[in-house]
Amino acid sequence: MFHREAGIFKTTYAADMALYPLPIAKWTVAVLALLFVVIVPLVLAEYYLSILNLIFIAIVGALGLNILVGYTGQISLGHGAFMSVGAYTAANLAVRLGLPFWLTLPAGGLMAAFIGVLVGIPSLRIKGLYLAIATLAGQLIIEWTINHVPAISGGAQASIQVPRPDLFGLILNTQSRLYFFLLFFVVLAIVATLNLMRSRIGRAFIAVRDQDIAAEIIGINIYRYKLLSFAISSFYAGVCGVLYTYYFGIANYEQFQLIVSIDYLAMIIIGGLGSVLGSIFGAIFVTLLPIVLRLLLENVGSLVFSDSELANVISGTRLAVFGALIIFFLIVEPEGLNRLWRNVRNYFRVWPFSY
Amino acid sequence: MSSEDFGFLLALLLNGASIGLMYALIALGFVLVYKATDAINFAQGEFVMMAGLVAAAVLGPDGTWLIVAILVTLAVMIGFGFGLERVVLRPLLGRPVVAVIMATIGLAAVLRGLTPIVFGSATRGVPLPIGDDPINIGPASLPPIQVLGAAVAVLFFLAFSWFFKKSRMGVAMRAVADNQQVAQAMGINVERYFAIAWAMTGVVSALGGIIWGNMLGVDIQLALVGLKVFPVVILGGLDSIGGALLGGVIVGIVESLAAGYLDPYVGGGTKDFAPYVLMILVLMVRPYGIFGRRQIERV
Repeated sequence: MFHREAGIFKTTYAADMALYPLPIAKWTVAVLALLFVVIVPLVLAEYYLSILNLIFIAIVGALGLNILVGYTGQISLGHGAFMSVGAYTAANLAVRLGLPFWLTLPAGGLMAAFIGVLVGIPSLRIKGLYLAIATLAGQLIIEWTINHVPAISGGAQASIQVPRPDLFGLILNTQSRLYFFLLFFVVLAIVATLNLMRSRIGRAFIAVRDQDIAAEIIGINIYRYKLLSFAISSFYAGVCGVLYTYYFGIANYEQFQLIVSIDYLAMIIIGGLGSVLGSIFGAIFVTLLPIVLRLLLENVGSLVFSDSELANVISGTRLAVFGALIIFFLIVEPEGLNRLWRNVRNYFRVWPFSY
Repeated sequence: MSSEDFGFLLALLLNGASIGLMYALIALGFVLVYKATDAINFAQGEFVMMAGLVAAAVLGPDGTWLIVAILVTLAVMIGFGFGLERVVLRPLLGRPVVAVIMATIGLAAVLRGLTPIVFGSATRGVPLPIGDDPINIGPASLPPIQVLGAAVAVLFFLAFSWFFKKSRMGVAMRAVADNQQVAQAMGINVERYFAIAWAMTGVVSALGGIIWGNMLGVDIQLALVGLKVFPVVILGGLDSIGGALLGGVIVGIVESLAAGYLDPYVGGGTKDFAPYVLMILVLMVRPYGIFGRRQIERV
């Protein structure tokens, strides 16, 4: 039906916290489910599925970082390293002990959560700039350790080949099989985050972000919740790292360098801090941007640059556009794409009676 | 300890101290901006890289127009500092500290992305007429560029110490750093001093770029030197010019000792690792550093 709400008539907290605030939300979810479970895998070619898969993995990581930065108001420049912790934990378990993915995945997440808490301990004493620098140090130390300790990195190349995940005998070696595998985890991550933010924990995070001293006065143990936020956030990052590892079939520390931490920060800033939908928008945007840029530059750029220069130009443009977008959104629209989407939606929600 | 061991230790110390002073040169730019504007510049390494690239481009492979190159680099970096403050930092005034951090990270990405497109990705040299013969000081033999870099750092330190203590501009800048509103009430043009602080960072980065460019060669990797700024400024205190100098020396010595004594056991690379461990320890124990103001907000 096309009926819409005419105002806010919620009378109970339960109604205010409902996952489906409006009946139409159920229909939206049903349509999205149909689209992603049935139509997309039937219609799209392998190449486009592979892009979707990358977006799915990025969404998991972006959600995690948004829990920490957007909801709890901390900052982390170390999320790339937390992903590598998850990736190498899973890779080592899978290769050395032959464990299946449903054991290595949570193990990678838990290990990342543990390391994340260690790196997050300075957040108990310091914040803002100092925390940024402390997590930066965490990133660099973890990168160095993985690269220099063969017991973790598996030899000179610092990379470990991982067998494809195996689901009840079905080996997930094609993009369409991986698609369902990753779709499951991305839905899990989205629902888990939505629910987390409705719970006591999530609202404690938001209280810590908005005014930490006031939060402490109303009885929130801010030490506990800050560390919990680091733990949950790095758990997501670890799972994201494991998914990357299974997706590429290899764990390599070069996929998780400082620049990755910045990519993910870009995602949540462009998408919108403190919003689940924003994390999704940001992950889509940041994953698609280099692909679109590459397409554009390969077609247009070849008129100006030689082939050998082109690779340089593409990677340079990508970085520069990322940086410019971060600055642009910070200055012009700090709430990101999510805010733009809400503006559009609110306009049409009351259209044509916009007064 | 035999005299040979002692000589080795002394050589490590001297070498570390001179490299450390060169780190301090870069850290000075960071401290200047933080001291005056409370902004954190995560793009300090990229500033240095950019200055090095400009200098290398003007100098060419022969290095004939040295004075011109230095002047052009200074002019470009000062202009860049002014422009940056105007376009990026000023709209972010009064926003949370994290927003400024992210903006400078974004800026670093822009600079890293654009420089290989504009200047090409090849490593360039910055030839300076200082010869290659190492200078022997006791048991240590230092490359002349390190001695020059250390001298420039000390010179800048003296100049800035005088500037902030004695000159009218420097006193005004300290007033701005201390309390923007009161400074404004006293008739100080706060925004102008913000711009001047960024321009001064441009000057320091210009010299840093020329000297580091001569030592390592200029390409995108030079920006990684900027990551060494953080241990230095955390150790010395974020808003202390003397702290940057002392922090630089300590970080340089720690690196040098780690490379000299630990590398043989773990197979190299401790140089890139030790300063950050030191920094984490300092953050845990004394986050405001050796000379920093104890104004850090505890939670």
